[in-house]
Amino acid sequence: MFPRPVDQASSFVRTAYQVALPIALILWLLPLLGVALTSVRPSSDLAAGNYFGWPSAFAISNYAEVFQNSPIGRYIFNSFKVTIPTVIGTLVLSCMTGFALGVYRFRSNILIFFLFVAGNFVPFQILMVPVRDLTFNMGLYNTTAGLAMFHIAFQTGFCTLFMRNFIAALPRELIEAARVEGVAEWKIFWYIVLPLMRPAIAALSVLVFTFIWNDFFWATVLTTSASTQPVTAGLSSLNGQWIAAWHLVSAGSIIAAMPPVLMFFLMQKHFIAGLTLGAVK
Amino acid sequence: MSVTSSETRQRSWWRSNQQRLTPWLFLTPGMIMFALYVVWPIFESFRISFYDWDGLGEAQWLGWANYQELFNDRAFKTSLKNNVIWLVLYMLAVPMGLGIAIFLNQTVRGIRIYKSLFFFPFVISQVVVGLMFSWFYAPNFGLLYKLTEFLTGKGIAVLADPDLVTYGIIAAGLWPQIAYCMILYLTGLNNVAPDQIEAARLDGAKGFKMLWYVILPQLRPATFIAVVVTVIGALRSFDLVSIMTNGGPFGSSRVLSYYMYEQALSEYGYRMGYGAAIAVILFLIMMVFISGFIWKMVRDERGVN
Repeated sequence: MFPRPVDQASSFVRTAYQVALPIALILWLLPLLGVALTSVRPSSDLAAGNYFGWPSAFAISNYAEVFQNSPIGRYIFNSFKVTIPTVIGTLVLSCMTGFALGVYRFRSNILIFFLFVAGNFVPFQILMVPVRDLTFNMGLYNTTAGLAMFHIAFQTGFCTLFMRNFIAALPRELIEAARVEGVAEWKIFWYIVLPLMRPAIAALSVLVFTFIWNDFFWATVLTTSASTQPVTAGLSSLNGQWIAAWHLVSAGSIIAAMPPVLMFFLMQKHFIAGLTLGAVK
Repeated sequence: MSVTSSETRQRSWWRSNQQRLTPWLFLTPGMIMFALYVVWPIFESFRISFYDWDGLGEAQWLGWANYQELFNDRAFKTSLKNNVIWLVLYMLAVPMGLGIAIFLNQTVRGIRIYKSLFFFPFVISQVVVGLMFSWFYAPNFGLLYKLTEFLTGKGIAVLADPDLVTYGIIAAGLWPQIAYCMILYLTGLNNVAPDQIEAARLDGAKGFKMLWYVILPQLRPATFIAVVVTVIGALRSFDLVSIMTNGGPFGSSRVLSYYMYEQALSEYGYRMGYGAAIAVILFLIMMVFISGFIWKMVRDERGVN
């Protein structure tokens, strides 16, 4: 293990480490703690200039106020309407492309694979004008469906990379044995490969959920009104309205951050497995 | 009788060809979506960049005029310069992430919770990160303003200062990016061969020497991914600029991705062609990096097979 484990060090080093850990964490999360504290600060505190002291009272009412005085509930609902279909659509498409590229050997295999990989890296702006136009012409501009369609297509690139590598690492004998038995190819996919892909599917669903929930650029390009905007774009426009109402902005931020945060804590193992793909050989 | 025979012929044709055809059937839906939303738009953007177009009316052929205009556009130069600053400073996320990963790579009680809490900033949307740092930097009452006022007697409003604003936004961007690199390195450190470390320890290697000659070479896959995601993150920086400053003050914090959006879609006018030309430049910059990454990945792939 590197560095040398602290339990092998002197008791002084051990204690120092135990003390340093929480201090480092608090410093690291200082912006977050500040916002969390502000979100429960009564507005009278802000007026009195108490920005950083302990709140004079815990105003949970800030959260109620955000829900009552802004369409944030609607924004959250829109975010789910974009995110969930994207997760499902992406996984369906990438399980199939991953299977095709991971199991079969044909001449253009590697070319198609790297096309998907390269697509991941392109700057969004090179796609912006044509995608906006395309969405407009399909009658999907300013709808959650139009936004989800784009996300499905784009995320398929990243997920194909992941799925293909996962499937290529499965034991080939399984597939060969099934072929010898005369099992049809689609049955090999459905009954043999798909059940083995569960960990990959779990990892990608958490990851795609977080990416899409947190997307801001495409939300601003493809949606414009409160009835369709996801919470990131919504929060940005609320920020413009709530000038200096930092307690509301903070409460809104915390609400918007909640779903991916919960997702991360519930499915941490899968999340990290997905994110660190390729970080070890 | 003839019906059954043609049916068997069809089935046997499918049977003898299914291994050749199945991959294409499985690829088709994904490839159609990808071609429609990712591949075709790239070419279309190249085409639009040669036109004057407001997004609705008739497009007018301009030739290279959009690019010639870029050449003399001061806002474009500022954006390009800021992109370079972003790229260089964003790279700090890689060593800083490694530093935190080494700090946290212990087995004391509760360390798992510490690791996930350190990772926290990456899970949060950049919009929220931007709002947090705007509050941190806010003039008159922001924590940083108070701190500088306390230390120097004069508070610094980072986001209102044309010389500092880009650095302020990059600092906000580094926060989640460091967390991302940290998690990559934590996973990498977990997989470093213990026997090699022990052998090196017996040879008297420790501290920085150990890190440089024994650990880092084994962390190369993690470093590669960390550099890739950091370069992409730096060139994609749009959310933070948009949330924190809208490119201001006086356009001094614009980056190419934001300037492109501003030209193509903002209230100042819909200059799709000019915006597309900016996007093409950004794409070409990214292409330099993409080709490098892909080249390395293809080489590794060949090495494996």
